[in-house]
Amino acid sequence: MAAVPAGRAAPADRSPAGAAVRPVVLPMGTRGLLVELADSGRAEALHAELLRRRAAGTLPPVREIVPGARTILLDGFADPDTARRLAAELPTWRVPPLTGGDGRVVEIPVRYDGPDLAEVAALWGVSEDEVARIHAATDFRVAFCGFAPGFGYLTGLDERYHVPRRATPRTRVPAGAVGLAGGYTGVYPRSSPGGWQLIGTAPDTVLWDARRSPAALLSPGTRVRFVPLDHAARRPSGRRGRED
Amino acid sequence: MRTEALRVVRAGALTPVQALGRAGHAHLGVPRSGALDEAAHRLANRLLGNPETAATLETTLTGCAVRALRPVLAVVTGAPCRVTVDGRPAAWGQPVRVPAGAVLDVGAATHGVRSYLGFAGGVDAEEGLGSRATDLLSGLGPDPLRDGDTLALGAVPAAGSPAAPDAAPWVAPPRELVLPVTFGPRDDWFTPEGLRTLLTGTYRVSAASNRIGLRLEGPAPARAREGELASEGMVLGAVQVPPEGRPVVFLSDHPTTGGYPVIGVVHPAALGAMAQARPGTPVRFTPAGAVPAGR
Repeated sequence: MAAVPAGRAAPADRSPAGAAVRPVVLPMGTRGLLVELADSGRAEALHAELLRRRAAGTLPPVREIVPGARTILLDGFADPDTARRLAAELPTWRVPPLTGGDGRVVEIPVRYDGPDLAEVAALWGVSEDEVARIHAATDFRVAFCGFAPGFGYLTGLDERYHVPRRATPRTRVPAGAVGLAGGYTGVYPRSSPGGWQLIGTAPDTVLWDARRSPAALLSPGTRVRFVPLDHAARRPSGRRGRED
Repeated sequence: MRTEALRVVRAGALTPVQALGRAGHAHLGVPRSGALDEAAHRLANRLLGNPETAATLETTLTGCAVRALRPVLAVVTGAPCRVTVDGRPAAWGQPVRVPAGAVLDVGAATHGVRSYLGFAGGVDAEEGLGSRATDLLSGLGPDPLRDGDTLALGAVPAAGSPAAPDAAPWVAPPRELVLPVTFGPRDDWFTPEGLRTLLTGTYRVSAASNRIGLRLEGPAPARAREGELASEGMVLGAVQVPPEGRPVVFLSDHPTTGGYPVIGVVHPAALGAMAQARPGTPVRFTPAGAVPAGR
């Protein structure tokens, strides 16, 4: 789809051509900037705009563009002057809102059988089956990655379904575990310690394979749907779990 | 075809394969990794006539030893140490010919922490995302050496090794590590007094330091606010202050995002000295100069 021309002067904040996203631009060393937004929606919209400008060749070369929950890190400009110039220019940008309809959709088959399913059902005030139904009916989007290669922080769950981390993290969470923490959903790419509330298992999905191209199934901006595996598929299928 | 050229006789405390790292993948959660003392790693490759992408071995305090399965040309840079071939003294910082069957021993570092053992052709480990670097945080790249491992080498550069120099430059690790720091992005999470604490306090390198971060013992910069940040991107040299107050300076294998406030970022010029700072070394932070606009 056609990108909205960047940097066009818009008459009002709410113009469909783009809104001022009011970033706060903070220094990160001499060749980096941390751009902070008021909320995750604006952060995702500005991230998309930065990628559009990089693709169009209108962003000064930068080594890393790393989204966070409400920030975007730009690291590795050629020199401090370039960072300073962009820091001054960024607050004047007008950024089109996310349309929601763009980007590829990745489907992840899930068995809703996690050890914290009952706990999450209690926190949500619904049945375990209803947790699965609500989760699988949600349109998710990868807000950012971190923690481990291929681990995406997925936003999309309504605020009333946000849950705390476990009081005591598990020393070992198996690869493929689907968990909730705060407003995020994530799938563990490999076995590791973890404090997320586990509601299910994605037995068929390889989130990360360094020999594959691309190595990461999920990258910032990717849309995700979880597809419930039916009960018949819960039986062991002889699949070998890949750990570490 | 790959032929094994080396057998590991003594792996040492920790000897990962290192290269220039895999920058550009932080948005996928992939640390940049790469040689901690990049200048020493690059010097090893230059002394051998290797391309800059060639991999070396990064030792940690105790060195390592390998048996040559065919004649190889090697060099040791970084932390100075005793170098021997079959027990006979050999040059540090100059290419050394190791005959087939001989053992090249990189001794314990006499100063600093990390020596770099390079070979003509480079260590031929499998690349992951464009680099052979071992990343100890995420497990990417080859495993650190174990006793008995065999290693292959790449093709020896056609031009051959350049003439050996009389001396290779090397900056000895200072008695005191002085780290130029640019405040931000989260200096406002600390009180003005807390910022002064960072600049005036004497810190020491903790024995818990590793390739992920240089951990410091010393006074805690006072916080202006409690709590944690929502996850945000991290950079090489970021000085993160966890709730207990002891700063950590992020090194090559640092996590790509984090939730503790970054009080400032150490200038990249100091990274090599940090790689060579032994536990107990005094550390002082000093202002790096002007802060970029945009505040």
